[in-house]
Amino acid sequence: MVGAYFLGSAAVFVLGEEALLFAAGDDEPRRVGVHGGAILTAACDGERVVTGGDDGKIVSTNGDVTTVEIAADPKHRWIDHVAIAPDGTVAWSAGKDAFVQPRKSEPRKLEAPSTVGGLAFAPKGLRLAIAHYHGVTLWFPNAEAAPERLEWKGSHVDVTFSPDGRYLVTAMQEPTLHGWRLVDGKHMRMSGYSAKVRSMAWTADHKALATSGAPQLIVWPFQGKDGPMGKQPRMLAPAEHQVSMVACHPQKEVTAVGYEDGLALLVRMSDGAEVLARRPGGSPVSALAWDSAGTTLAFGTEDGEAGVINLS
Amino acid sequence: MTDKITADKIPVTVLTGYLGAGKTTLLNRILSEPHGQKYAVIVNEFGEIGIDNDLIVGVDEEIFEMNNGCICCTVRGDLIRIIQGLMRRKGKFDAIIVETTGLADPAPVAQTFFVDQEIGRKAKLDAVVTVADARWLKDRLRDAPEAKNQIAFADVILINKTDLVGDADLREIEARIRAINPYARLHHTQRCAVPLAEVLHRNAFDLDRILDVEPQFLEAGDDHDHHHDHADDHHHGHDHGGLKHYHDEDMQALALKTDRALDPDKFFPWIQNLVAQEGKNILRSKGILAFKDDPKRFAFQGVHMMLDGDHQRDWRDSEKRESRLVFIGRELPESMIRKGFEECAA
Repeated sequence: MVGAYFLGSAAVFVLGEEALLFAAGDDEPRRVGVHGGAILTAACDGERVVTGGDDGKIVSTNGDVTTVEIAADPKHRWIDHVAIAPDGTVAWSAGKDAFVQPRKSEPRKLEAPSTVGGLAFAPKGLRLAIAHYHGVTLWFPNAEAAPERLEWKGSHVDVTFSPDGRYLVTAMQEPTLHGWRLVDGKHMRMSGYSAKVRSMAWTADHKALATSGAPQLIVWPFQGKDGPMGKQPRMLAPAEHQVSMVACHPQKEVTAVGYEDGLALLVRMSDGAEVLARRPGGSPVSALAWDSAGTTLAFGTEDGEAGVINLS
Repeated sequence: MTDKITADKIPVTVLTGYLGAGKTTLLNRILSEPHGQKYAVIVNEFGEIGIDNDLIVGVDEEIFEMNNGCICCTVRGDLIRIIQGLMRRKGKFDAIIVETTGLADPAPVAQTFFVDQEIGRKAKLDAVVTVADARWLKDRLRDAPEAKNQIAFADVILINKTDLVGDADLREIEARIRAINPYARLHHTQRCAVPLAEVLHRNAFDLDRILDVEPQFLEAGDDHDHHHDHADDHHHGHDHGGLKHYHDEDMQALALKTDRALDPDKFFPWIQNLVAQEGKNILRSKGILAFKDDPKRFAFQGVHMMLDGDHQRDWRDSEKRESRLVFIGRELPESMIRKGFEECAA
C-alpha cells in the first residue's frame, strides 16, 4: 500500500501495483486501474489523487472515479515523487528532473543537482521545494528568478513546509530531520531518531510536526518564533516496534499512529492517552488517512491489507 | 545485531568487473538462459543490455556520504530508491542483480545493505561476483585501483576470455588473484559460460556461510622452492608445487586463527576500534569466533568500518572450537593486528 486518502466519503487506497481501490459505504470496493506497473508515489488534495508509476506516467483520479493522464515521461523513467499545489498545479520528478504542470500551460522543468528525494509545494503561492543530495532547491516555476538553494550536507529524502510557510523540514537518509527557518535560513537540527523518518504530518492547529522514526510518536513544537530550535520533542505512545506512519486528525488534537508490527493507535496529544484502532499483526502500517470530518480512519499495510474504521 | 527474518528477503547479486571484462555477456546469459527464475536487473545508464524487459531498470550511480561519523561510509542513493520501488512488485521476481559500472568501487553497494534499515529488512546481499579479463587483468591490477578493489571484494570471480591466454599466463593470473583474495570461488570461463548456480543464490554474505570456503592459497603447503621472479617490479612470486604464490604489493589478505577461547569484552572493543582506525584500508573482514563459556558460534562480517554479526548455531562436538578471522585490505598493519587479536584471549 502506497497511501490512503479520502475523496469525499470514499476511502481511496493506492495499491503497490497498477490500481486504486475505492471503498465507499457498504458497497464492494471498486478497483480502478491507473498504471501499467508499480505505483511509486501518490498525493491528494481532497479533490483528486495523483499517482506516479514505474511506467513513467502521472495519473490523476477524481472522486467520481474518472482518470486523466497528466503526463508521460518520454523516456519511460520512473516517476519517483508527485505533489499538488494549493491551486491544483501538479509537480513530479523523474531522476534529477523536477517538472511542474500548471493547469493551463506547458510543463516546466528544473534539473536538480542529484536525484530528487522529495517534493513539496509551499502553502501559498506557486513555490516548489525539491529535496536532493546536500540540500533543497526552492523554485518559483512561474518566475524567471534563479532557484534558491538551501544547503545541508547529506541526502534529503523527504520534504514538507510548515502550514504557515515559515519553516521547511526535510527527512534525511540518516535517522534525523533537518529544518530551515525560511526568513533567515537558520538551521534546525532535529535528531535523536532510531530509524529513518518515513512519515511526517502537521497537527490541526499547525503548531507541531508529528513524525515516525522511533518506537514512539515524536512531536516537535513549532509555536513561538524559533520553532523547535533548542527545544525537545514530545514522545508519546511508546510501543515495542517502530512507528511507521502518522496521520493527524483534521480538527482535533489527536494523531493516528501506525507501527511496524501492524498496530495502530489514536493518541490524544494533550496527555498521550491512547485508543486502540487496530490490533498488531501482519506487516507494517504503510498508509493512514482521516476523512475531512475526522470521524473515519482508513489504514493500509505494506503487504496490502486495508480497512476503514468508523469512529463516530 | 541482525534481525532473524531472512526467509523472504530478496537476494541481491552485485556484478562487478572492469570495463570490457564481460559483465554484459554474463548478464545476457543470466537473462536468456532457461532457469525458471525471474530477475529484476539494475543496470547502469550506459550499459548495452540487448534485452527488453520491464524489470530492467537503468540508473545513474549516485554515491552518497553518510553523516554518521564514519569517514568512508558511502552508500548508493540510487539503489535505495530503486530497490524500494522494486519491492512494490514483490512476487514478480525472485532475485535482484545490480550491475555496476566498470570503474565502480563495490564498497558503497555493499554498505547500502548495512546502512539502510528498510533495504536491509527487505533485501540481502547474496554475493559480489566479479568478471575479470584473463588477458588484461594483470595490467589493470597494476594501473587501476578499481580493478583491484573489485577482486578484493569478490565472493565469486570469473576469469573470463581464457581462450585468449596460455596455460602459464592463466596460472599466473590466478596466483595474482589469490594473492589479493584467497577466499573467492574462481571459475575459468569463455564468454562467461558458467553454470548460473555458481554465480547466483550463493548466500556468500550469509553469516552461516562465512569462512566455509577454506582459503586454498593458505593451505597450499609450505614446502616452497624459492624461485623468485623479478620480471615484474611490482610483485614477487615463488612456486608452491606448481601454484605460483604472489604477494601483492599493497593489497593483502590476512588470516588469523586461535584455539584459545576469546573474551567478548576484549574482542568487541578491539575489533570496533580496529575498523574505526583502519577501516579505510580494510575492504572486507569476516570471522567465526569461539567465546569463552559460550556454546554458540559467533559470526561477523564487515565492509570498511561497518560490522554486522550474530550468534549462530551451537558448536558441534566434532568441531574444533577455534576462532578464525580474515581481513582483506591495503597496507594492513599485520603485526599490530596479530598482537591485538592475541590479547583478546579470555
